[in-house]
Order: sequence, then structure tokens, then C-alpha cells
Amino acid sequence: MPELLVSIWEAVDLPLAIFLVINLLLVTASLLVYAERVVSAFIQERSGPNRVGPRGILQPFADVFKLIFKEDIVPTAGNGFVHSLAPVLMVVIAMSTVAVIPFAGTAEAGPVVIADVSVGLLLILAMTSISVYGITLAGWSSNSKYSLLGGLRSSAQMISYELAMGAAALSVVLYAGSLSIFDIVESQNHLGSFFGWNIFRNPVGFVVFAVCALAETNRAPFDLPEAEQELVGGYHTEYSGMKFGMFFLAEYVNLWIASMVTATLFLGGYLLPGQSLLVEWFGLGGLLLTALQMVALVAKTAFFAFCFIWIRWTLPRFKYDQLMTLGWKYLLPISIANIFVIALIVTAYVLLGGDPPSPFSL
Amino acid sequence: MITDFVPLFIMILLALGLALTLLKLQQWLGPYQPGKIKGSPYESGQDPVGSARERYSIKFYLVAMIFIVFDVELVFLYPWAVSFGEFLQAGGGAALGALAVVGLFLFILVVGLIYDIKKGGLDWD
Repeated sequence: MPELLVSIWEAVDLPLAIFLVINLLLVTASLLVYAERVVSAFIQERSGPNRVGPRGILQPFADVFKLIFKEDIVPTAGNGFVHSLAPVLMVVIAMSTVAVIPFAGTAEAGPVVIADVSVGLLLILAMTSISVYGITLAGWSSNSKYSLLGGLRSSAQMISYELAMGAAALSVVLYAGSLSIFDIVESQNHLGSFFGWNIFRNPVGFVVFAVCALAETNRAPFDLPEAEQELVGGYHTEYSGMKFGMFFLAEYVNLWIASMVTATLFLGGYLLPGQSLLVEWFGLGGLLLTALQMVALVAKTAFFAFCFIWIRWTLPRFKYDQLMTLGWKYLLPISIANIFVIALIVTAYVLLGGDPPSPFSL
Repeated sequence: MITDFVPLFIMILLALGLALTLLKLQQWLGPYQPGKIKGSPYESGQDPVGSARERYSIKFYLVAMIFIVFDVELVFLYPWAVSFGEFLQAGGGAALGALAVVGLFLFILVVGLIYDIKKGGLDWD
């Protein structure tokens, strides 16, 4: 009988873990909504949500219940199927990107990750590209001029910043010599302390990537697709009820994922500061190390998420020509030049016979 | 290995299940009273003028076309970036070649970008 139980467990443990991760993401998204409102209230010297639950922490759940009891209005002249497809696409893409990001791991034991694929970075870039479709389809299917303009603006903006983002990610690959996210994180471990993290080895790439991540999530100062003063609600003008709620959910999950990817590529992901020293001196390992690494990843991600919220409530919105100028005339040339500079640095390390910043030194 | 991707597909399926459940829940719980006014597109309370399926600025097409060119060239760089370390370890001609070829490639890329900017293909007014 125990053998049967074991085989059942082996069949269901992976889907159970994935189910758990999805639920954690949902809770994280609602906490982020709460965090955004509290931080914005703090910045604007208001009270913020303080009625539902202790200090208003149940406010996002109350919002979800309100949205789910509202009517779902589909414009008569719009395309009903595509109108439903767009928010589904957004939620699915936002949720599944997290599958390739390792939560913890060591070079000996391998990563703690849902899907340990060898092309993780390409997969993340591909996933962010697909979410362009969600917004564009939402704008088109509503048959409203505001929605259409919002969708068009969004697609043009997202594809423009994707180029600079891809180029910045490429400079990380040069150091790691691999597209697997686990290898990229482990390649930042080589100096023993936190100076091996890519933010120190590749600061220009970090700045470009963070700006592009902000633009990809359509958040202020890059929130042209939903500029209230010009476009009412932008691409989700004609959405109501839970479909609107799904866009909302996808936006905050995307914010979390963008912070997580930035932390993973440039801030050492799950690596603890000075991890190899801790392991060497205190014999840190096993379950304790894994737990600490998960805490480190969440702390780094939360830091970036806070910065993104902070930026949103501090900076004014770009004009559209400024947005395009920044993306094409500044960030793209800078990140292409950065690729070449990083390639030269890696070459110099190898030629000098020193410690090349790559897995070869591990 | 294709089996590495199985957990990803399970994740996509579960997320799809979540999204469809949310849609279905609303259909059960929410009211449904369609109307002519309610189904018309929002235009600040006025009667909508014309359809939204109209022509829009050619700039958007232009950006999309330029994007395709640069994105494909960027994807070409990824295999190089992955194997750059191995070229360097091989040393000598291989290392120099890997650097020179990509320098040329990036140079052509930047010349194209400068041409684009000079021609005003990326100017929004």
C-alpha cells in the first residue's frame, strides 16, 4: 500500500507545487495592490485604505469580491471571443513566466525551480513578447477609439523597449555563457562576496534593463497606454467586472515578475551576500540555506517592486515622442555599445590569464 | 530536452484553468442585463461617432517593421554570446575572430540605426 501512495505522490507532487506557486502569486499580487495603495497614500500624505480588516489589509480581497459580482459588459459592435481571450492571455502569460526562475539552489544540489530549462532567458523574453498580444487584442476587440489607441500605443512602446531589454539581457549572457537562469545566477557567485553580482560587473546593462522592465509593465512614467487624461482607461476602457480584474491581476503579477527577473539577472537572484564565505566558514547548507536563499530572493524582489511603486508615484508621465526617443535613440545604442564593452572586458580577463568572470573559473 | 518543458506546460494549463474559472465565476455570480446604450462604446457620454475600425497613423507600422529587423539581428547575437567564452578559451584566431565578426555585425547594426534616425523614421511629432 505505501508503494501505491508513493507512486501517487510522485504523480501529483509537481502539479501540487505548481498549484501552490500560483496561489502564492495570487496572494502576492493582492499584497502588492495593498502595498501600492499604502505607499501612494504615504507619498501623497493621505491615510490610504484603513477600513477593511486591520489597517485595511483586506482591501484587495474586498475589491475582488466587488468585481466578481459586477456585470460583464461586452460592446455590441466588438468581438466577444477576442474580448474574453485578451484578459485570459494576460493572466496565463503573467503567471507562467515564474516557472523558469529558480527560487533557491546550489552548484552541487541543482536549482529549486519548476521548470529547469536550458533556454530560460529566451523563454522569459518570449513570454513578455506574448503579453503585447493581450493588450493589443483588448484594444482592438472593444471597438472603442480610446481602447484602440491605447492598444496601439502599448504595442509600439513594448516592442520598442523589448529591443533594449534583449540587448541588456545579452550582456548578462556574455558573463554566464549560458541561457539557463540557474547558470546565470551561479555565474554571479564567483567572487565570493556580492561584488560578483551583475549589478557591479555590468551597471549600464542593469540601468537599461530596469528602465525597460518598467516600460514593459506599462507603469508610470511609461503608462501612456492608460493615460487617463487622454485615453480614459486606455486598452481596458470597455472592460468591466472580473475581466477588468484580470487585467489588474496581470498587471501586478507582471510587476512582481519584472522585479524578480531584474533581481535574478542583476542582483544575484537567490544568492546570499557573501554566500560562498558563509558556506565555507559556518558550514551553512541543506534546508536552512535553501530557506535563507528564498528569503533573499523575496527581499530583493520586494525591494525592486517598492522602487517601481515609488517611481510611479514620484515621476510625471512622458510625452509619446519623448518615450520613443528614449527607447530608440538612447537606450538601444547604449545597450548595443554595452554588449561590445562587456565582450571586450571578458576578453581582457581571459587574455590576462586572470579570473575570467564566467563559469570557467568556478 | 523536451521533458524539461513539461512542468512549464502544466503551469500554463493550471494558469489557464484559473483564468477560465474566474471568467465562469463571474458569469454565474454577476448580473446580465444587456442594453443598447450599455453595449455602445464609451465616448465621454456622447453618442459614438463612426466605428473604431479606422485607419491609424503609419508610424505604428514603421516602428513594427524596424522592430522586426532589429529583433531578428538581436536573436542572431544570442548563440554568439553563449559560445563566446568557449571561443576565448580556444584562444588566438578563434578569440580574435569571434570579437571581430561581432564588432562588424554590431557596426552594421548601428549604421542601420543611424540611417533610420537620420531619415526621420523614428521621429514622432
